Amino acid sequence: MSDASHAEHHYTSLGIDNRKLGMWLLIASECLLFGTLITTFMIFRHHSVSGPSPADVLDIPITSISTFDLLMSSFSIVLALYAIEQGNHKLFRRWILVTAIGGLIFLGFQTYEFTNFVHEGLGLSTNVFGSSFFMLTGTHGLHVAVGVIWLLSLYFASLRGKLREDAALKVDTMALYWHFVDVIWIVIFTVVYLFVYV
Amino acid sequence: MTEAALHPSYPKSGLWSWLTTVDHKRIGILYGVTALILLCIGGTEAMLIRTQLIVPNNTFLSADTFNAMFTMHGVTMIFMFVMPMNAAFFNYMVPLQIGARDVAFPRLNALSYWVFLFGALLFHTSFLVGHLPEVGWFGYANLTTEKYSPGMGTDFWVIGLQLLGLASLIASINFITTIVNMRAPGMTAMRMPLYTWTALITNILLLLALPVITVALAQVLFDRHFGTKIYEPGEGGSVILWQHLFWVFGHPEVYILILPPMGIVSEILPTFSRKPLFGYSAMVYATAGIGFLAFTVWAHHMFTVGMGPWATAIFSASTMLIAIPTGVKIFNWIFTMVGGQVRLTTACLFSIGFIAMFTIGGLSGVMHASPPIDTQQQDSYFVVAHFHYVLVAGAAQGLLAGIYYWFPKFTGRMMSEKLGKIHFWLNIIGVNLTFFPMHFLGADGMPRRIYTYPSGMGFDFWNFWITMGAYITAVSGLIFLINVWTSLRNGEKASADPWDARTLEWAISSPPPEYNFAKLPTVTARDDFWHRKYELKNFQPEGPAHVELPNPTAWPLVVGIGLALLGYGFIFGYALSFIGVAITIIGAYGWSFAKFEG
Repeated sequence: MSDASHAEHHYTSLGIDNRKLGMWLLIASECLLFGTLITTFMIFRHHSVSGPSPADVLDIPITSISTFDLLMSSFSIVLALYAIEQGNHKLFRRWILVTAIGGLIFLGFQTYEFTNFVHEGLGLSTNVFGSSFFMLTGTHGLHVAVGVIWLLSLYFASLRGKLREDAALKVDTMALYWHFVDVIWIVIFTVVYLFVYV
Repeated sequence: MTEAALHPSYPKSGLWSWLTTVDHKRIGILYGVTALILLCIGGTEAMLIRTQLIVPNNTFLSADTFNAMFTMHGVTMIFMFVMPMNAAFFNYMVPLQIGARDVAFPRLNALSYWVFLFGALLFHTSFLVGHLPEVGWFGYANLTTEKYSPGMGTDFWVIGLQLLGLASLIASINFITTIVNMRAPGMTAMRMPLYTWTALITNILLLLALPVITVALAQVLFDRHFGTKIYEPGEGGSVILWQHLFWVFGHPEVYILILPPMGIVSEILPTFSRKPLFGYSAMVYATAGIGFLAFTVWAHHMFTVGMGPWATAIFSASTMLIAIPTGVKIFNWIFTMVGGQVRLTTACLFSIGFIAMFTIGGLSGVMHASPPIDTQQQDSYFVVAHFHYVLVAGAAQGLLAGIYYWFPKFTGRMMSEKLGKIHFWLNIIGVNLTFFPMHFLGADGMPRRIYTYPSGMGFDFWNFWITMGAYITAVSGLIFLINVWTSLRNGEKASADPWDARTLEWAISSPPPEYNFAKLPTVTARDDFWHRKYELKNFQPEGPAHVELPNPTAWPLVVGIGLALLGYGFIFGYALSFIGVAITIIGAYGWSFAKFEG
């Protein structure tokens, strides 16, 4: 393909690739999705007619560790992006795998937390705190799980030599999603966990 | 013009070509035809409702069936006629108007259609199994909980709306990206046709309003299936929360319905007045202003809930503010016609009808903005009159105007003007006879959503004539369908520019070639096509060029089937859901690794 037709092929009005712009738009929409879930949680967290209440079950030290883990995975995906921009697939695979493992560790913590809550008597249908808590953090966990599958798909695509065309752009778009999932977790960690003291 | 190079390797007709198409024009036609079929279903439901109400103490429909009919009618007309008809025009016209070959994400575009189609099919499966939703299109909590709505009916409503919402969300990302990022060189923001502007604002509203109803519907679904307590007041849940979440989505939704028809009218009036749109930039700012205010007025649907004086006063004031940009639009349309060489074609008549009827609906809307007046009118036929004036006499007439205007571009044939004018006059008489007397009934105190009424309440006379008006409207609709059918077969062949129009879609043949523009146009003015015709006098389709079009693909259909099964699983057993998720994941991987662009 000649350079000229390549340029027309990828011409966009803003100069930003369509896929990246589309991801920004998805993130805008997701803000309202999580905003609604967070609002519901804030309304209901102290409205249960029976226990347990947030202060009874939420374990801030444990969740701080998983929060730190998730934030570090945002760091490792930046390193993965840097590597793929340099064309270094081997280094890219190392950091993308580290990121995926970071996501998996977070999911492990969440599974532990959820089972623990159920043992302590807080389920989805126990009270409105439980309902809104599990729907909010469960939706976030689902986003992390989708992200992990996506990360592993990029890993295997690179391994099989299928991550060639627009490789950096594809990783960049995924990284945008991953950063968003992290940023929204900071909000959730603050309003769900730290606000126990408010 | 030399034929541009195309992929020869796939079929261009037959069922498979439609199932695998990623061409925005074909997807637009799929959307439009599906929406017209659903209009017939929703219209039939309206006729059943009106037939039940023709005389007092009627027993034509049972109370339950009546509840089901107004629920099906409302949901079908809003989500399965007006929204997909808007999507049909976005699909067909937006890429042509901005000088693009296709939308930004052709495969997501196909996925959007399939998810919409399966959402509509799932919703109407309720007819097949005989469990219809009876909760109204708004589904107020806690009527929707398992206790008060046992059985599958409400699940069809919840899952159907989730799928339809997902379809619109996918489409909104696609169209915003297309309009922001795929404009031809020189097509600056303030040179975009006004219809494209309304498409942009509408899709921004969809992008930001849909996630709210997605969460609210998920909460209802979880309450019904997994025992959450969100809408159980006895357990600390809140039924008012539903009203807030529903209307945070639901009020932007009414602008999602009406803004694109406003854009259509803003294209038609300049063409048939041979004048540029009066106050173009004011129209753009008014559209954006309405879009912004749309998110600030939701609680005017809740004045009788008792939110307290501050909330009531603020929402009342913000609602009245919307009259300002709306008024700007109405005056600009009128001044577009003033001093122009107005040609009263069917499309132009429907546009003028739109302005007049929408103004009536707008005026009663401003009345509702006043809490004391609204308290009187709440849940009465006055409200029914108001929203049917803006949606039927307004949005639907605007869409009909768009069909008459762009039909030659879709099909390469002209519609019959004679039948069109009969359609218009019957429609305007029928619609006004149906909806204007509802103001009187409402003021006299007739409540909404009652399946019958006793004689001697003063309701008999107008109810009879309202039903007659509805029948006249139905006859006008039949004439429209006959017009579409006969024009498709025997209509006069349309030239590229049959109306002497102004915007880029008329610069290419009717119907357009698969690749739209052989060479992307370079835009130098607002109403660029008019500028080329009358000032530069050199509009030549440019070419030849090497055009690369995306390959057709069945993966969007596979993903759509997977998502539909996921939804059906909530009604007929979770095994289906797991199969659906598996198919969706397989589809997504097939999609990711299929060779797409030549």
